[in-house]
Amino acid sequence: MPLHTIVLVKQVPDTSNISGEVMRPDGTVNRARLPAIFNPEDREALELALRLKDEHGGKITALTMGPPNAAKMLRECLFMGADRVILVSDRRFAAADTLATSYALYKAIHHIGEYDLIFAGRQAIDGDTAQVGPQTAEKLGISQITYTQEILSLDLKKRSIRARRAIKNGYEILEAPLPILLTVVKNAAEPRPFDVKRLCTYKKAKSKFEIEEMVDDSHDLVWMDELMNKALENDLYIETWNIEDIDADVSMCGLAGSPTKVHKVENVVLSGSEFKQVPATDEGLNEMISELMQDHIFG
Amino acid sequence: MSNYFTENQDIQFQFNRIDLEEIIRIREDDYQQARKYPYAPTDYEDAKDNFKRILEVVGDISGNFVSERAREVDQLGSTFEDGKVTYAKGLEEAMKRLNQAGLMGFILDREYGGLNLPITLYVFAIEMVSRGDASLMNLFGLQDISETIENYGSDEIKNEYLPKFCTGEVSGAMVLTEPDAGSDLQAVKTRAYQDEEGNWYLNGVKRFITNGNADVCLVLARSEDGSRDGRGLSLFVCYGDDTVQIRRIEHKLGIKGSPTCEMQFHDTPAQLIGSRKRGLIAYVMALMNGARLGVAAQALGIAQAAYVEARRYAQEREQFGKSILHFPAIADMLVKMKVDLETSRTLIYATSKAVDMLKVSETELARLKEAGASITDLRAQVKHWKSMADFLTPLSKYVISEKANRICYDAIQIHGGTGYMQEFNVERHYRDVRITNIYEGTSQLQVIAAIGGVIRGVADAEFDAHEARSYRHEARQLANRLKKIRALLEKSKSYVLEQDDKAYQELHSAGLVEMYGSLYVGYLLLDEAADDSRKMLIAKKYIMDAMSTAMAHTESITKGFDTLFADVDQILTNE
Repeated sequence: MPLHTIVLVKQVPDTSNISGEVMRPDGTVNRARLPAIFNPEDREALELALRLKDEHGGKITALTMGPPNAAKMLRECLFMGADRVILVSDRRFAAADTLATSYALYKAIHHIGEYDLIFAGRQAIDGDTAQVGPQTAEKLGISQITYTQEILSLDLKKRSIRARRAIKNGYEILEAPLPILLTVVKNAAEPRPFDVKRLCTYKKAKSKFEIEEMVDDSHDLVWMDELMNKALENDLYIETWNIEDIDADVSMCGLAGSPTKVHKVENVVLSGSEFKQVPATDEGLNEMISELMQDHIFG
Repeated sequence: MSNYFTENQDIQFQFNRIDLEEIIRIREDDYQQARKYPYAPTDYEDAKDNFKRILEVVGDISGNFVSERAREVDQLGSTFEDGKVTYAKGLEEAMKRLNQAGLMGFILDREYGGLNLPITLYVFAIEMVSRGDASLMNLFGLQDISETIENYGSDEIKNEYLPKFCTGEVSGAMVLTEPDAGSDLQAVKTRAYQDEEGNWYLNGVKRFITNGNADVCLVLARSEDGSRDGRGLSLFVCYGDDTVQIRRIEHKLGIKGSPTCEMQFHDTPAQLIGSRKRGLIAYVMALMNGARLGVAAQALGIAQAAYVEARRYAQEREQFGKSILHFPAIADMLVKMKVDLETSRTLIYATSKAVDMLKVSETELARLKEAGASITDLRAQVKHWKSMADFLTPLSKYVISEKANRICYDAIQIHGGTGYMQEFNVERHYRDVRITNIYEGTSQLQVIAAIGGVIRGVADAEFDAHEARSYRHEARQLANRLKKIRALLEKSKSYVLEQDDKAYQELHSAGLVEMYGSLYVGYLLLDEAADDSRKMLIAKKYIMDAMSTAMAHTESITKGFDTLFADVDQILTNE
C-alpha cells in the first residue's frame, strides 16, 4: 500500500496583525475583521508531509473542520501539493472547543478510512491550546509524537518512524510504529512555495458551498448538479462533508459537545514600566553591565 | 517582508495596462490547449488571472527569499575546486525554490512541461528576480537557451532536453565567447567535426561563459573546415560531461554568485541544432536578442533595488537638522532615478510586446501556409514586428542598462560615505549593474544594432499617427515638444547621412539612437498619461529632459568635423 498521510489544517484569523480596530470593547477579538490565513504550524506540517511524499511517494489528504471560507486554505494545500482536500463544515459544529473539534476530526478521519500518518501543527495561533492533535490521536487510539522538529527516517517495511521532538532545554529522538499522529512545531520545515501549474489548475477548485453560491440567485438545481459534476469530473471538487456525512453524534459536536466554558476574559493592557537612561559612555555601560550581573540577568 | 510584484505600484500599473489578448489567443491555440492541460487558461481573463497569480509567486520568492540571501551569495561567490564549480549556498537554495514553484519552463511549450508564457511575463519575472539577487538572474534568465532548442532543434533533441529544463533537472549555458572571439563572434575557432557515422564532436576553448558548469551547453563552433567567417559556424547542443573541462572561474567585480567559466571541450559528443552554417547568422542572433532583453530586465531590477535603498536612506538620514530628501540636489537625483525606472518599464514592455507579436505572427504565418491560405497580410505583419523587435531590443538594452548604471551610481552618491561601505547594499548593486551594459553585446554594439532602425525610420508611421492626434492641455504642450525633437532628429539624421563618412556616422549613431528612442518612449508616455494623471508628471519630466538632450546632440552632430574625432591620433600620442 502506498503511503497515505492525512494533514489536519485550520484557517485562523491572522493574530499577528491585531490592531485596535479588531478588539471588541470586552477584550475579545472580532475575528471577522482579521484576514483569514493558513495556520502557520499547520502549513509546516503539510510541508513535512510533502517532503515524505517526495521521498516515499504516496498520497496526501488535507482535512479541515471550519467555516465555508476555509476552502480558500484548502486550495492553498492543493497549490502546495496535497492530492485530496476535505472541508468538514456544518453550522452545528460552530463554537466547538478542543474536545468537540477533535471528536469531529476523529469521525472525519474514520470516514476517510486507511491512513499511515497524520500530521498537524502543534497549535493554532488563535487559541494556542495545542490540544486538538493529541486528543484526536487519543480518540483514534494511535500513538502520537508531539512537538516534532524533524523526521529522521520513515521505514515503510517495518512500519515505523523516527522523529526528533522538542523538549524543554533540548530534544529527544523517538521511534514509533505506524499509524501515528505527529504535531509539528514552528521552524520544522519552511513551507514550499505554490507550484504555479497547480496554482493555475486548482484555483478553480470549489467546495459545495461555493458551487451553491454560484447558483444561489437562480435556485437552479439542475445547473447546480451540472456544476458539481463538472467539478468532480475535472478533479476540481473540494469534498464538503456535514455532520451526517461523517456520521457524528450531534450532541457531541459544536457548542453542545463543548464542556469548556469561558470563565472570564481579562483585558490586559501592556504598558512599559519605569525606565532608566544609560549615558553612552564607557562608565555608563560598565555601570549597566555590573547592574545586570548583580540582577543575574547575565553573567 | 515584501512582495516585489504586489507591492510595486509601477509594475502593477504596467501589468494592468498591458494588452496581450491577441498574443495569448494565438499562443493558446484559441484556448484549445485548455482541453488538454488543466493548467491552461480557458479565455483571456482566465489567462490574465493566471499571470497575476504566477507573478505573485515570483514576487514573493524574489522579495522574501532570494533578497534575504543576496548579500551572502555576493560575499561567498561561486567557488572552484578540483575542476568543480560550487554555487553559493543561498543561490542553490534560491534555485531550488524557483524550481519548487515550477518556474523553470517559463516560456516553453506545455508539450515539454513548460508554462507557455509570453516573453512579456518573463520580463516581469526577470526584473523581480534580479532585484532580489542580480546573479540569480544569470541562472533563472538563461531560459532562452531552452527556447533556442525549442525553436530550432529537431523533435528528437527537443524531446530529449526540454522536459529536463522544465523540471529544473538540468541548467543551461550559452557557450559562444572565446579568448579571441568576443564582440566579434565570426572569429570563433572551436571546431566541430564528424566521425564516419556522422556523429558530431567538439574541440576547443571557450571563455567568459556564464554558468559554463551547466548540465547542458549550447555551443557555437566551426563546422566548415577552411571557413573564416560567420557562415562557417553552426550551433550544437551537448551535455557538460567529463569531456568538458572547467579550467577556471573568473574573479569578478559583481554578480559573484553566477560562475563565469573558462572551459575546454575534448572531443565532446554533440548534436547539431537546425542546419549547418546557420549557427551564428540565424540562431545565435535570435538567442542573443532574447538574452539582451533579459539583461535589460536584469538591469532594471538592480536599479529598482538601488532606488529603493536610496529613497529610504534619503528619508531617514538627517543632516543640518532635516531629512536629506529635502535638499534640492538629492530630491533631483531621486526624481531622475524614479523617472528613469518608470520610463524604462514603458520601453521594455513595448519591446517585449513586439517580441511576442513577432513570435505569434510567425506562428500564424506558418499555420496559414500549411493550410494554403492567403498570407500577404501576415507577411507584412511579420515584417513589421521583426523590424520593431530588432530595433527595440538593442535600444532597450542600451538605454536601460546605461540608465541603470546611472541610478546605482547616484544611489551611492545619496548614501554618501556609507554607500561606499560594504555594510550597505548599494555598493553591491553598483558592482552588479556594471556588467549589464557590457555583456550580451556592449552598449556600443547595441547602438550599431539599433541605428539601422533609426535610419529606416521603423517607428515613423507611429510617430505620424501620434502627431495627427489631438492632445489637450498639458499633453498638447508635450506633444509639441516631441514634434520639435523629431525636427531636431531629422535635421541631425540628414546631416549625418550627407557626410557620407562611415566613421562620422558611426560616431554619432548613439545620439541619433537616443533621440529616436526618446521620441518612441515619449509618445508611449503620453498614452499612459491619458489614463493616469500621475504619469503626466513622469511624461513631463522625461520629455523636457529629452528635449534638452536632443538639442545638445543636434548641436554636437551638426557641428561637423570640428569635433575632436579628426584629431584622435594627435591627441593620443603620449601617455
